[in-house]
Formats: sequence, structure tokens, C-alpha cells
Amino acid sequence: MEYPKTLFDKVWEDHLVAELNSGQKIIYIDRHLVHEVTSPQAFEGLRKKNRKVRRPDLTLGVADHNVPTTLRNLGINSIKDKIARIQVETLEKNLEYFKIDYIPLTSLNQGIVHIIGPELGFTLPGTTVVCGDSHTSTHGAFGALAFGIGTSEVEHVLATQTLLQYKPKNMKIEINGEIGKNITSKDIILKIISQIGTSAGTGHVIEFMGSTVNKMSIEERMTICNMSIEAGAKAGMVSPDIKTFEYLKHKKYSPKNKQWDKALDKWTKLYTDKNAYFDKSYNLNVSDLKPMVTWGTSPEDGICINEVIPDPLSVRDKEKQKAIKKSLEYMGLLPGKKMLDVPIQKVFIGSCTNGRIEDLRVASSVIKGKKVAKNLQAIVVPGSGVVKKMAEDEGLQEIFIDAGFEWRAPGCSMCLGMNPDQLEDGERCASTSNRNFEGRQGRGGRTHLVSPATAAASAIAGSFVDVSEGW
Amino acid sequence: MIKFLELESISATINEINIDTDDIIPKQFLKTVHRTGLGKYLFYNRRYDKNNNKRAEFILNKKPWDNAKILIAGSNFGCGSSREHAPWALLDFGIKCIIAPSFADIFYNNSIKNGLLLLTLSNKIVDILSQHSLTQKLLKVSLLNKKVYCQDLCLDFNISNDVRERLINGYDDIELTLKESNLIDSYENKNYNKSSWKLVDRDT
Repeated sequence: MEYPKTLFDKVWEDHLVAELNSGQKIIYIDRHLVHEVTSPQAFEGLRKKNRKVRRPDLTLGVADHNVPTTLRNLGINSIKDKIARIQVETLEKNLEYFKIDYIPLTSLNQGIVHIIGPELGFTLPGTTVVCGDSHTSTHGAFGALAFGIGTSEVEHVLATQTLLQYKPKNMKIEINGEIGKNITSKDIILKIISQIGTSAGTGHVIEFMGSTVNKMSIEERMTICNMSIEAGAKAGMVSPDIKTFEYLKHKKYSPKNKQWDKALDKWTKLYTDKNAYFDKSYNLNVSDLKPMVTWGTSPEDGICINEVIPDPLSVRDKEKQKAIKKSLEYMGLLPGKKMLDVPIQKVFIGSCTNGRIEDLRVASSVIKGKKVAKNLQAIVVPGSGVVKKMAEDEGLQEIFIDAGFEWRAPGCSMCLGMNPDQLEDGERCASTSNRNFEGRQGRGGRTHLVSPATAAASAIAGSFVDVSEGW
Repeated sequence: MIKFLELESISATINEINIDTDDIIPKQFLKTVHRTGLGKYLFYNRRYDKNNNKRAEFILNKKPWDNAKILIAGSNFGCGSSREHAPWALLDFGIKCIIAPSFADIFYNNSIKNGLLLLTLSNKIVDILSQHSLTQKLLKVSLLNKKVYCQDLCLDFNISNDVRERLINGYDDIELTLKESNLIDSYENKNYNKSSWKLVDRDT
């Protein structure tokens, strides 16, 4: 009898092309997403060596990182920054030259690469998905093995449709319990990272399981898989189920007819066998979970919103102590102070972590009929044109605009501030994105990672509030 | 790819954990379509103040450490974004080897692909090396012998054989993989026939 396998083992083994003498494996890549920032040097490399793209049909390109979120109707002309514009033009030229499908800026289907992949049915269970972006882990919510790669590996996949890899280890995160009102999967993943740290997952693929995960929507699963990389993991995965299949059915690139039946036959076998071995395990009960917020400059710096900012002196590890001190100094916060009292100047709702329709629904439900606090700028950046249109059709756009939010065009936007959406020096932001690193959203900017519900409620209050109480 | 055999240089220490790739090379420098010329932006926000003046107190702005080819750092170095601009910037600045207790996965792969050697050594040894870096004395790294020589200390390090071979020989991974094209062909023949559900359905 074969030994019991994890979901990850199964997908991994299904993609083995060869094993090299060194123990390194060649694994096949089923889906490759390409964007403007991490691809130009890869295409340049192909040209220099006169190499072709092996499978343009399994590759899809879109611009998302650099693109402004205003004046989208102008297409590429909306990009005022010359260097950014050259990068997007370079992407367009490269994709045309190598005959790869491109989703233009003016298309309804344009959006953040990790939002459009699933939305178009490009992402499928049991496939390997890569992209030159660390948040590729998002696609693991469908039971795909999905991970971020650098530009050299982008070039490797373009040329060979494979990657050289060592097999990562298995890690299990089991989540149980019923979450309270306005508590989201963002709070769950921030809680997990605050407990296990940003390197607990290094060298591992995390599988999220348990009753809470089973109950989660596909969107919620994408949020937790998205931030697996913030726990250091190679990838995050969830076993596909009926919700996954329903989400994918009739999507643009999903298999149809007989191919759909064949796919389903395969997909229903994508689960972790009983007694399969995990190298690491972590359990969390979320019944008493409160909304989370980060106070520092690492995603592991999370606390429940009604807790106080930690004192560096309470930590024994000298390195960690120093890191906390440096963080607090940058963030302009004092130990022992409550996050609830801290005023904010900006709110950003969007990104590949929380720019999906469900995120906009929960945020709009919190702010309906209310007004954004004085002197506070709040922007909503839908993750894709499809999300934007859906929200407009549902009347969410009006709720946001009536409350004083700016309603923008899709892209990565203020998550990393490569486009004009940035924080000013010293500005404090409640952000639904994934990284609170120093300077990430703009030099001197202070990022607090929160859920869409917390971001929305805090925009109204002008400071952090507990959205699980009285909202 | 450049070959790595041995390296002798003074070392510079940034004694912090979780140094992320946003820190190593901020986003405004990712708009380039080239791999070269990023060294001047390495650790930009640490090296330059808000008025673009050099910060004299930062180690890589100080003599003689501004010429260090070896960097010593805390654990989980290179976490965060997958930007390969991070190793490109480090190499362009002149850093050829980084020693830390641990590295983030994507950064590790990106570095090795570019011939930047990353050595994982214990916290205790990294502490010794960071003290040593203050003395401005030379440190020697031999990938051939898998050893770091620090004054009278001779320290072993582990590195996977094929990473070592690749660095020593400066192999091009794509070249190596293309030699196995027949295996990729047969994988595709088996998994990607005309009626495979894995094909991207563009007909409808």
C-alpha cells in the first residue's frame, strides 16, 4: 500500500518531470502569470539567447503594479510617470512578440494578477501556478500549488515551462471555531502570523484545514492563502470542495463540457489522506477572536484591537527587543498605549489580499449611511474590473461615495505605492493590504494592517475602532 | 552567470532580524527594465536621508565598510517581496556573499541564480562574525572547501551540492534544463493531449 499523502504531496508528484542526480526536481508549470515589474529582464534574457517561450498558451499577461487608479479610460496614457509607462509598454511589446495573451488596461478583465487569475478560471485545482510576485500563494485557495518566483525563474518558466526545485516540507494549520460578527479571515491570518512569526513557514507548504476553513467562502480562503508568504511559507493551500467547483464553473478559461467532467474527477481526489505526515502543525480556535491590527513594521506585529502596544522590555530575545524598539520609533507609538486611541489620516481598501467583492460588501455594510471622518482620505481600489463592475451593479459604489470614499480603478495601488497612490511622510494608514514594512506605502508612511471591516469603520471614526462591537 | 570560488574581504554587519526586500531596494527603483545600475539605490532609505544626503552613520556609507564584499545580518534576511532587484542591487553594490542565521526562500533562490552566495550559519557564529567585522580585518570564504576563515577560526558550512556546483561553475540553469527537453516533451505528451482539462479553454 502507498503511504498516505498530503494534498501538497499529490499535486507535487503529479508535476514531476524528472529528478536530477543532485536530488533537485524538474517540475512542470501549468499556469504562468506575467506582469510588468518582474518580467522585462526575463524577456530580455530570452531575446539575448534567442530562446522561445515554450508554452505561450499557458501564459497570461496583465499590468497591475504600476498603473494609476484614476483616468483609466485613457489606457496607457493615464500613466504620467515616464519610467513606469515604459515598463508597461515593454510588457505589451514583449507579450505581442512572444505571442502571449495580454489583458489591456482598458479591459473589464484587467486587475491585480492574483484576483484575475481565479476570476477568469485561469487558476485551477491541482495545477501548478507561478508568477513573479510573492503573493502568488493566493491561488492555493483552489488546491493549486502556487508560489512566487523571481525574474530568473520567470525566464526559466518562459523558456522551459518548468522549474528546478527541492521538495518543500508539509505544514498543517488547523482552524476551528465560529467567528463573531465583522471578524474576517484577514483577522484569522493576522492572528496566526502574530503567533507563529514571519519565518515559521520557511521551506514549507502550509495546508489550511479545519471546520472554520471548510465554512469559508473562496474569497476568504484566498485571503489566508495570500498571506502564507507573510508566514514565510513557500505556498498555502486549501483542499478544493464543492464551493471551489461552483466558483470555477462557467469561468472564461475553465474547462468545459467533457473536459469539465474529467477535471472534476481529478479535483475530487485532491485532499490530504488520513494519517498523512506533516512536519509541522499549528492549531487555532477562533471562537473568541477579536479584530486584529498590526502596530509595528512586520506582519507578525499583530495584536487584538483592544489590546495595548507591547513593551520591548517584556520580550526576552534581544534581537526581537531591538526590532520592536526600532518599529515603535518608526511608527511613532509608545508601549502600553491602546491602538483604539490612535488617530489615522488615510484608509486603503484594496490589494490582492482584500480587493475582492466580498471585501467590498463587508466594508460597505459597515459604513452605509455614515460619513468618513474630517481630514481623512479613504480610497477603495477594487481588485479587478470585474469586481468593480459587480460592486457598481450591487450599488456598493454609491455607498462608498456617499460616505466620502474615493472610488478608483483596479490595480495594486497603495499596497506598495509604485503608482501615485502613496502615504506621505508620517501619515498613518489603516490598510487592508499585506505588508507593513518601513516605507512600503511611501517613505515615512505608517501602515497598520487590518481587515476591510476594521478599515471601513476606522475611516468613519478617524481612529482605530473595534468593529465587532456596535457596528 | 559569474563564478564563485573564493572570496576575501572585510565584512559589514547590519545586526537586525527580518530585513525585507522593500528595505533592500525600495519600490520606486523597480520600474527599470534593466538588471544593472541598481547598486546606488541599495538600502536607499538607510543610506540617504529624506533630502537625498548620505547618512554618514550607516555602515555601508562608512569607510572601509563601504567596500565590504561580505554582509553579515540577522535571521530571515530577504523576507517579503519576490523582487530579484534585491540581489541585483546587492551585487551591483559589490556584495558577493551574505552570512545570516536564515534566509527567506524566494530571496535565496533569486540570489543563487545570480551568483550571490548565501551562507546559513548558527546565531552564535553569526554573532562572532559580526564582532569580527568591527575589527576591519579580512574574512575569507571558500566555496571550494566549504569553509569560512575568520582569524584563527576555521568554520564549516553546509550548502547543497548542486547549489555549490552551480556557483562554482557559473552554470546557466535554463541551459541545463533545456538538455532535458525530451523529458519535458514526454511529460507534456502524457498530460497535455488535445482533450486535457489542463489546457486553457480559449474557444468559448
